[in-house]
Order: sequence, then structure tokens, then C-alpha cells
Amino acid sequence: MTVNPEKLLFAKTHEWVGVEPAAGGKVATVGVSAFAVEALTDLVFMQLPQVGQKLKAGEALGEIESVKAVSDLYSPVDGEVIEVNSALPNHLETLSSDPYGAGWLVKIKLTDETALKNLVDYAAYQKMCAEESH
Amino acid sequence: MTSTLAKTPLHDWHASHGGRLVDFAGWSMPVQYGSIVAEHNATRTAAGLFDVSHMGRLKFSGDGAAAFLDSLVTRRITDMEPGQVRYGLVTNERAGILDDVLVYRIAQTDGTEYYLMVVNASNRAKIIVWINSKLGDHANVRFADITTDTAMIAVQGPLALELVDLRIDCELEEMKYYHASEALVGDQLAIVSRTGYTGEDGCELMIPARIAAETWEGILKDGQQRGAMAAGLGARDTLRLEAAMPLYGHELNDETNPLEAGLNFAVNLDNRTFPGSGVLSAVKRDGVKRTRVGLELTGKRVPREHYGIFAGEQSIGEITSGTFSPTLQKPIAMGYVPPNYAKVGTELSIDLRGAKEPATIVKLPFYKRKS
Repeated sequence: MTVNPEKLLFAKTHEWVGVEPAAGGKVATVGVSAFAVEALTDLVFMQLPQVGQKLKAGEALGEIESVKAVSDLYSPVDGEVIEVNSALPNHLETLSSDPYGAGWLVKIKLTDETALKNLVDYAAYQKMCAEESH
Repeated sequence: MTSTLAKTPLHDWHASHGGRLVDFAGWSMPVQYGSIVAEHNATRTAAGLFDVSHMGRLKFSGDGAAAFLDSLVTRRITDMEPGQVRYGLVTNERAGILDDVLVYRIAQTDGTEYYLMVVNASNRAKIIVWINSKLGDHANVRFADITTDTAMIAVQGPLALELVDLRIDCELEEMKYYHASEALVGDQLAIVSRTGYTGEDGCELMIPARIAAETWEGILKDGQQRGAMAAGLGARDTLRLEAAMPLYGHELNDETNPLEAGLNFAVNLDNRTFPGSGVLSAVKRDGVKRTRVGLELTGKRVPREHYGIFAGEQSIGEITSGTFSPTLQKPIAMGYVPPNYAKVGTELSIDLRGAKEPATIVKLPFYKRKS
């Protein structure tokens, strides 16, 4: 199911975050913004983390490679990877067709919510992208 | 930021047609309009149009022009026929490559002649300084940088000659490869050459800046139905890499000599001297210490510039360019290794950001068009 991007939070490094309550805390679903996917184009390879990996906000959680260049994907939150979209690396086209749905990357169980304060809302992110594309 | 960058006569066209503009050697240039792979494939199967107006155009005229150029580049210029184009290197005293260039001998309709040297945008200023430092004893040579007088458009691919033929008053199909001629585009004087940098047949047009946009749009319109596309620097890079053409700043630099770069065909040492020719004679006698090779990988991760090449645990060289080849559908790269590791079929590995992945030495070019 595709999430309305206007309800998501965004990192300056172009990952999106959807936070939902779950048993014993909160879980963040993390993906890559449509803006970033379009900018990358011609994707050829993606590496995602293992379930159980502990991440701090700003740490690389994986990488994505296009014909042109390789980019790190960063965790926008502190937590532990509890689920990985393992179908995605073999179907990179899903990232373009459904970046806010089937193109999600990982689900992270939050260990600390402080990092959420560094994320911006949809309107602020759109403004940032508009400036970046100039 | 873009205001400080030089703009080609086609800049407004690129900006208004979705060109993703980047700073390339001080010029605002389109890296892609949409997908690099789509532009790459269009060039292989139909035609790609590339704005290469940023390339430096240097004009040499006067009686001493050929002799002067002969004293400057690795290939003989004095025996070039009118209308011929020759690839060569400008080298320093250590035989390091200052630039790789095309020299055109242009015969004008009025019976006079001149030589044109097309240089890389990134090296234009450096080469002009180098030329001026060498001009001292050549009072009979007139030298001018005419880069900004014209636009330069490369049309490459199986449809290229046919599409450009519709626009010019000369029969391109009858022109030999690596030849050039004056021609009229409408009533405007242009230079057309059967040259390019994609591994495809094609041509390059130098035309007055004021007719650049209409010529570009005309060629594109004529070819669009059959798959022709505007293509950016991104596709230009993947195409030239498949064709194993070296790129200055990557395979070539002033620490690399033409023989280790595998450009023996562009070095003529018979009874002639140019900067570094003595060094090159010694290299030819003693053998190169490293050589340019092609590598193929089986995974999807792409080797990039500066990644280490290993034989077992031993570091033996470095990648100079790599990409995911749209034509071959696998990662390919060029780099330098000692000659004893350069044999086709040699199994090596490449450090892909901490993980060593197997790579095999393959014959260059990776792609060769069927003629």
C-alpha cells in the first residue's frame, strides 16, 4: 500500500520515514524519496542491511548504484532493523514506480526518538529539493 | 553558480528540454535529459545528438603551420592529406600526456588551407599556454583560439550520416572515416567531419552559433520518429567506455605516457622529434611498466575510478573508469596493471568499497560495431 508522502518525514539525505506505534515502542519504515529516485535514474544495484543490524541516525544502512554513480543510503533514525524489503534489490524498477509503497527499504524499531527532530516535513522537503535542483 | 559558467549556443535548448546541467570544465553542460541508458541505446540503434561545443577549437594557419604542429604532437602532421583528420597526443618533455587531440587539415573552397586542433575543454587553457610557449621560433604561424565562434554538434549512430546529409550540401557517405570537409548548412559555411567518440559511425559539425539551435532541432526532428535522441555527457561516457576510448583526466594525464595508455598507433618516432620523443623511444626499447587494460565483472556492483586492482592480496593497479555497460548488461572498467597481468583471461579482483570481487581481463574494446 502506498503511503501519502505528505504524511512522512524526510532526511536531508533524501530518505523518507513513516513512524508507527508497534508492540513495545515505535517502528520506522524507511524509503528513498521520489525526488532522489528520479535524480539517480538508471539504477543497477542496491544493497540493504541484515535484519538485526543496529543503526545510529546518519550511519550508512546500504548503498544504491546507478550507471552514473554509487550513493550511500543513510539511516534517518536510531534503532534496530527488524524487516528488510528483500525483493527490492532484484526489482529496482519498483523504486521508481512506487517509492512510497512497495519501494520501502527497511523497518527499524526505534531505540531513541531524538533523531526524529532532525527530520523535516513534506513541505519543507519539497522546498529543499526545489532549491537543490537549481 | 551557473552564471559564472560558460554556455554553449545550445545552452537554452538544453535548459528548456529537461537537460540536467552540471559544471563540466567550467561549462554548463547537460549530463542527461532523462535516462542515460535510453540515450546510450538510442545512439547504438538510431542516433544520438551531442552538444560538444565546449571542446576547444584552435586554428593554425600560415606556411609553417604543419611543421609547427609536427613539432608538437606524437604523430606526423606534415604528411597529412587535405581533408584528413588525425588523432594524436600533445606530450610534455617527460612524455606525459598534456592532451589527446584531433588535428584537421582543412582545404577551403578559396584554395587556402589551415589546420584545426580540437582539444578537450578541460585542457584548452593549458594547451594554449603550451602552444604559446612553443611558438617563439615559428613566426610564420598564425594561431587563434576560435572555440566560441561556432557550435559543435556530434551526431552518432547508424542513422547519423543519413540525418546530417539532409542538412548539408556534401555527400557524407562518400567521405572517408577520419576525414573532414567544408560544407554548407543552408547558406552558412560549416565544417563536417566523420569523427566521433562513441564507437558508432557518425559525424561532427562545426556551425555558426546563430544556426546551432535550428540545425540541432532539425536533425532531431528528422530522426525522432526512428529513435534519435538528444544525449548528454553521461551517455557520451558510457558509449566511449564501451568503445574503450581513453578519456583525459581518467585514462590519460600528464603522468601517463601514450605507450602505456595503449596508444601506440598514435605515436610516430621515425626520424622526428617532439617533446618527450626521446623518453618514448626509451620506453619502446625497454617496455612499459604498466599498461591500460579492460576488466569485466560478473556481479552488478560497478567498479569506479581509483578502486584498487588486486592479484591475490597484492595491490597491482587502479581503475581509471568504470560503468555498468548498457549494451553488455554487465559492469566494465578500464585501469592500469603491470604487463605481466595484462593477458586476456587473467583473473584479478577489484576492491569494491571494502569487498573484493573477481574481475577478468578482457580484450578491448568491450563493444565494436558491426560494419
